[in-house]
Amino acid sequence: MKPEVLKPVFDVQEIRAQFPILKELVHGKPLVYFDNAATSQKPRRVIKAESAYYATINANVHRGVHTLSTKATEAQEAARETIRRHINARHAHEVIFTSGTTASLNLAAFSLGQLLLKKGDEVLISGMEHHANIVPWQMVCERHGAQLKVIPITDSGEWDLAQVPFSDKTRVLAVSHVSNTLGTINPVKELIAEAKKRGIITVLDGAQAIAHLDVDVQDLGCDLYAFSGHKAYGPTGTGVLYGREELLERMPPWQGGGEMIDTVTFEKTTYAKLPFKFEAGTPHIAGIIGLGEAIRWMEDYDKPAMAKHEHELLEHASNQLLDIDGLRIIGSAKEKVGVISFVIEGVHHYDLGTLLDQQGIAVRTGHHCTQPLMERFGVSGTTRASFACFNTMEEVDAMVGATRKAVNMLR
Amino acid sequence: MSATFTLAQTQQELIDEFALFSDWQDRYEHLIELGRDLPLIAPEHKTDDNLVRGCQSRVWLYAAPQNGHIHFTADSDAMITKGIVALLVRVFNNRTPQEIIGASTDFIDTIGLRAHLSPNRANGLSAMIDQMKRYALAFSADANKE
Repeated sequence: MKPEVLKPVFDVQEIRAQFPILKELVHGKPLVYFDNAATSQKPRRVIKAESAYYATINANVHRGVHTLSTKATEAQEAARETIRRHINARHAHEVIFTSGTTASLNLAAFSLGQLLLKKGDEVLISGMEHHANIVPWQMVCERHGAQLKVIPITDSGEWDLAQVPFSDKTRVLAVSHVSNTLGTINPVKELIAEAKKRGIITVLDGAQAIAHLDVDVQDLGCDLYAFSGHKAYGPTGTGVLYGREELLERMPPWQGGGEMIDTVTFEKTTYAKLPFKFEAGTPHIAGIIGLGEAIRWMEDYDKPAMAKHEHELLEHASNQLLDIDGLRIIGSAKEKVGVISFVIEGVHHYDLGTLLDQQGIAVRTGHHCTQPLMERFGVSGTTRASFACFNTMEEVDAMVGATRKAVNMLR
Repeated sequence: MSATFTLAQTQQELIDEFALFSDWQDRYEHLIELGRDLPLIAPEHKTDDNLVRGCQSRVWLYAAPQNGHIHFTADSDAMITKGIVALLVRVFNNRTPQEIIGASTDFIDTIGLRAHLSPNRANGLSAMIDQMKRYALAFSADANKE
């Protein structure tokens, strides 16, 4: 249980005032930033925390006896503890710092592959995975002679739970908590429970969940949970792989180098204890400190209230956009975060993205690193608007108006 | 019309045309209009082999020699991209390989187009120009052999 703190009433203008970038103009127009699923903007507190590290305590961690090194180490480890508390891990050493979700998933795939994949084994993913949760598994499957199996996706953009291809050869289940393209919040808890009954190791890609949902790794019951800092108001180049202690102890290291060793001789190296076994090289200390601040910032400004606000933006945007002739929303799951992907008949997403940009509106266009999912829906790409706590209803209206204008120009 | 103009004159003509527009909307509407006049690639040439690599939307470009000149046809599934390729075709169409190889493409910057293109699209633009110049090189090599 997290401690009860009195939260201020959610005030989007107060939130906006904390994001310096929102004062920027794009092509002379106020920035409307709807590309938060790619990377969110950063509040001043995060920017300050990161630069304060460089300005006052910059030193390498864990190795020095000098004062700055001690301070840097303390600041980094405080961030680890903040993250542990936020995701409700049992131990701080279950939180491994990486460069982002992609690195976390590669670590998971290559280490688990070496630990348990043999010829004929199966790794189970879903049809809505980001390439970062497909390609590493394909690579390790090839290496160990294992096979990749895929949970099919329904027309509404959800897992087809009646057709999950579990088998007695399934060793790993690696799926997204929330779809980056569709916004679908997946029923991960049920699937994990089923996988556990079968003795399958479970890995969650939480890149799109961490900024929007209350993530409790013990409640979810997953073995590994990957996420990025930069999609959750934190710095780029930061990420986390949470792992259950017992499993992490058994998993071999992925990368070798400094920080991750106990002793090195030319004959044999023994590895450091958790979490350092998985943290070869100098970490992104400034970024990690910034990430800790981002997590505290989300907690202070009431993550559930942010989620509620984002949901209202989603509802409003969906209703308004559907009024546009020929517009189809891809992904109509009941449970969604503030992500809306759409196609418009006779309008190419690159044209729309370009014309929205001319009007100061930043959206994502293309396949969103989910080419198999695009194929599933028979589209070459979509236009995606993804919301964060600092977005407003007026911005949604501006996007809808700008979309209408673009469609008129293109038809 | 542009056949009677030199390559440099056609570039200048485009620069003058775009200078008439003060706002983004007119500029893009003009670009989209240009796309509608693009000499379309024949269906049998609209194949993966003729896709320009490096563009995020699909662009097909085909070139055929005609009396020592190169005749370009093209298409794209995106209208703005189609406008951009139409611009290039208007400048380079029915020129000799030497004219195309030696041509400067500064007019793109003068029109103010590159500043409005994302790096991805600017890369696509460079890829289109490269592809046209490659065709010119190939045809000029063929001509030298004869």
